[in-house]
Order: sequence, then C-alpha cells, then structure tokens
Amino acid sequence: MEDKEIIKAKNLTKIYGNITVVDHVSFGIKEGEIFGFLGPNGAGKTTTLLMLLGLCEPTYGRAEVLGFDPIKEPTEVKRVVGYLPENVGFYQDLTPIETLEFIGEMNSIPKKELKKRIQELLFLVGLAKDSSKKVGAFSRGMKQRLGIAEVLLKEPKILFLDEPTLGLDPEGSRELIQFIKELNQNKGLTVLISSHNLPQVQEISHRVGIMLEGKLVALGSIKELTQEKLGLGDKEYSLEEIYHMYFKGEKDERT
Amino acid sequence: MKGLSAIIRKELGDHFSSQRFVILFGMAAIISFMTTYMAAINLKEALEGTSKPGFVFLMLFSTPGAIFSLLQFVAFFGPLIGIVLGFDSINRERVQGTLIKLLSQPIHRDSVINGKFLASMITVGIMLLSIILVVSGFGLFILGVIPGSEELVRLALFFVLSLFYIGFWLALSMLFSVVFKSITTSALAAFVLWIFLSFFLPLLGDVLAKAGTSQEINKLSETELFIKQTKIKETIELGSVMALFSKSSSLLIDPTRKTVSSIVVMGPVEKFLSSRFKNPLSLDQSLLVIYPYALTIVALTILCFGISYTVFILQEVRT
Repeated sequence: MEDKEIIKAKNLTKIYGNITVVDHVSFGIKEGEIFGFLGPNGAGKTTTLLMLLGLCEPTYGRAEVLGFDPIKEPTEVKRVVGYLPENVGFYQDLTPIETLEFIGEMNSIPKKELKKRIQELLFLVGLAKDSSKKVGAFSRGMKQRLGIAEVLLKEPKILFLDEPTLGLDPEGSRELIQFIKELNQNKGLTVLISSHNLPQVQEISHRVGIMLEGKLVALGSIKELTQEKLGLGDKEYSLEEIYHMYFKGEKDERT
Repeated sequence: MKGLSAIIRKELGDHFSSQRFVILFGMAAIISFMTTYMAAINLKEALEGTSKPGFVFLMLFSTPGAIFSLLQFVAFFGPLIGIVLGFDSINRERVQGTLIKLLSQPIHRDSVINGKFLASMITVGIMLLSIILVVSGFGLFILGVIPGSEELVRLALFFVLSLFYIGFWLALSMLFSVVFKSITTSALAAFVLWIFLSFFLPLLGDVLAKAGTSQEINKLSETELFIKQTKIKETIELGSVMALFSKSSSLLIDPTRKTVSSIVVMGPVEKFLSSRFKNPLSLDQSLLVIYPYALTIVALTILCFGISYTVFILQEVRT
C-alpha cells in the first residue's frame, strides 16, 4: 500500500444557521485504503461526505480529492468518485440496463464500451438474470446491488458508501461487505464507508474515524486506538467496545 | 453538454411514455379537432355566396366553434399543459432520492434544471405544432383555402408566442417544484395561481372598478363612468398572463383587429379609424400593437425560469 494521501480534509466545518453540523474535521485517507466512518445518526458523516464531493459548500476549511478542490472543480471530483447515498432512489419504471445506460451517458462513456461494462457489472453484482425487470419490482437488496453497479460504472478510483448495508438482511449485508473487500483488493479502490454495523466495519477497515456531534473524536487503526489513544495496553478490543468508550467518554465530559 | 443531452433524452422518454402525457395530448387533440370542425362548418356557412375575404385561413383559429375558438382554447388550457408537465419535475426526484444521484454524476448542476425545462418545452412544442397542423389540414379539407405567406408567418409567430405563454406556466410550476418539497403542495400552488389569475382576477377587476368609481358616481355621466370602469378593469386584467396572451394572440391571428383594447375605451380617433378604414393591418403594424404584450410574456417566462434556476443552484442538496 502506498502512503500517498488522496483524500485530504482540513478543518472542514459546516454551519447551518447556528447549528454546527461538522466542526473542524481534519483527516487524510491513503490510496488503497478502506476507511470506516462511524458515529451516531446526525453526527455529520453524510455532510462531511457531501463536502468532499462538492455537493455542499463548507462554511470554512478545505478539502482535496485526488488533487482536485471539490468547491472549484466539483465535476472533476465526481468523475473519479463513485458516491452511493444513503437510501439511494431509483426511477421505478426503468430496467437496470436503462438505469445504467442513463448513468453512463452522464459520465460520457462511449456507447459500445458502455454496453460491455453494463453486462459485466450486472453479472458482477448478480443482477444479470433480472436485467429486464423494472427496478420498481426490485427488493431492497437488489436495489442496493444496482446502486453499487451504478457507482462502479464510471470506473471510479474512490468509493464513498453511505450506509450501504442499511436495511439489508444479514446474509445480503455480509455479501456486500465481502464484495467491497474484493473490490478494494482486486482493483485497488479506495473506499470510505460509513456504517452502523461495527463488526463488519472492523472486518474490512484498515482505519476508522469516529464522529460525535460534528467532531472527529478518534482517528486511526483499531490497534492504534486501543493502545495509544485509550492506553488500554495489548489486550484486544472489538470496535464495538472502543466505540462505546468514546461515546461514553464524550457524554461524561459534557456532564 | 453531454450531461444536458442525456437528461433531455431521458426526460423526453419519460414524457412520451407517461400516462399523463397521453391523457393531455388526447384531450388537446379531441378538443382542437371538435373546435376546428365546428369553426370550419360555421365559416363555410357564413361565407356561402359572398366573395371570400382575405385571411380566411386564419379565421379557422379565431372563429368560435362549439363554444370557444382555438385561440381561447390555448389561452385557457395551455397553462394546464405547462403545469402538468412541470409541477413535480424537481421535487419528485428529491422525494424518490434520485436527485442526489444525478448531482453526484460529473455533470454541471444546472444541466438538471435546464435539461428538464428544455425537454418539457420540446414536448409542448410538439403538442402545439401537431394541433396547429391538424387544424390547418382540416381547414384545407373543409374550406378548400390555401394559407398565404403572411398567414403562415402569422401562424408561426402565434406558435412562438403560445410556446412562451405555456413556457411561463411551465417555468412557474417548476419554480414551485424547486421551492416546495412536497409534490402535492407544488401542484396545488400552481393550480391555485392559475385559477386565480385566469378566472378570479377578471372578477376582482370588476369589483375594484365599481369600488374605485363609487365616489364619482354622481359627478360623471353614465358613459364616462362606464369608460372609466372599463379602463380600471382592463388594467387589473393585465396582471393575468392569460389576458396578455389573449390580447396579443388575437391580434396576431385576426389582422382586422387593430387594437387590444375593447371598443368602449377607444379614443375618438381610434374609433373613427376603425370604422373608416376596413382594411386589415399589415403584419408589422400588428406586431407594433402587440409588441409590449408579447414582450411581457417572454420576459415573464425568462424571469420565472431564471428564478427557479437560481433557487435550484443555491439550494442545499440535503434538506
């Protein structure tokens, strides 16, 4: 793994009215890394992702994605980043092929190449036999897999996955996580994944970041977090336990 | 540009395969068919035994058929077409969660709203053009008259003006779909505004004209009072885009009309001229008369779209 940081955030801050949603968040993500982004609902994870994508302008602070500034060059960033939003929506009366064709057109993929990629991707995510059904008739798991196919269509270098396993059955969610791991290993994709499913994040992430109330309270590999930051010695802790310690610590500080 | 054309293609596909388009188009086709048929029959009877005046062909559009003329049909139901095509264009994407996906593609943000507006305008254009062609073909068949070159130019201008008129309602309903998160709210707002401007504003004008002149009821003669009331009423009616459109399009289609104001508020010279000279207005003179009205319609359309464009660009993705 190279040590080059391809995503950099420096003091990213977003204030809506007088609510600070993201508060001076700084981190860097290296090429080929899976970064787990954790935190309770409303901690500012999605807003941070949107700021990295240029879909939301930071109140202050800067970000850089593969050398591009998301504020000044959002299109360049979106060309290399595949973003799967939480609760992604679909056009109900299109088939998966039509859906992917539309996404492909917006990414200026040549027609011939697009046809080939769509067939490959539908096979890869296991939707090949459902390719003539309408998306409206899809189950939650199938939709999520189609969503993954959508973000992979542009052959991105970075994936932003916002709660990709939310609402999936245990088996479907395990498959998806495995699939992400394979993508990372085989294609060298850098993945930023936000999830509430801590064991799964622990399984695939190289490093994690924990956000609480807009602040990034922890950053590092699980080992680093237990040994250095929390000073818990050599004993192995699960991510779940670490998460609880941070969560509790933050609460204690306030009271 | 790639993103824009992709969105236009997708939107056009959506429009043409949607049930609402089929219903709208069917309604427009049937009504225009009936109206022209009746208009053509009426015209044929009226012209029996007389020498044919000029611009018979255009009369097809301005002669009342069963109840109203084709002009009135566009003035009344054009807005409906615009509203139905636009009221859920942005907020439906938001509700179904596809807007954020569109915006995370490498396209410019304005391609989304531009593409949607242009695709709907193309749809409106196709509808209008086919209606005009149906009417023309029908006229040729029943009346046996061939349109002259000036008539064709006038028809083309009428087409452009109607496009902007319907475009105004499209832009307005798109604005509502950007501002209101709920589809029902944006539909309701657009329809309420349409009904108010088209049906209640003239009534309001009536009431205000009477109220405004109540002080002078004893000072003025009956005619003066009537003229004053009509003037107030016509001014208030100008607040409705429908009035602007009816006034300007009727002059465009009917060259024998020389003014947009009704006969009672004409000045003496105007009255004299219209009774003295029966010749139709030349095209450039007609244009001169309707110029301010037509320009207002175009300006309102551009303004309305401009506002929805700006609001959409500045809007937060997550709200």
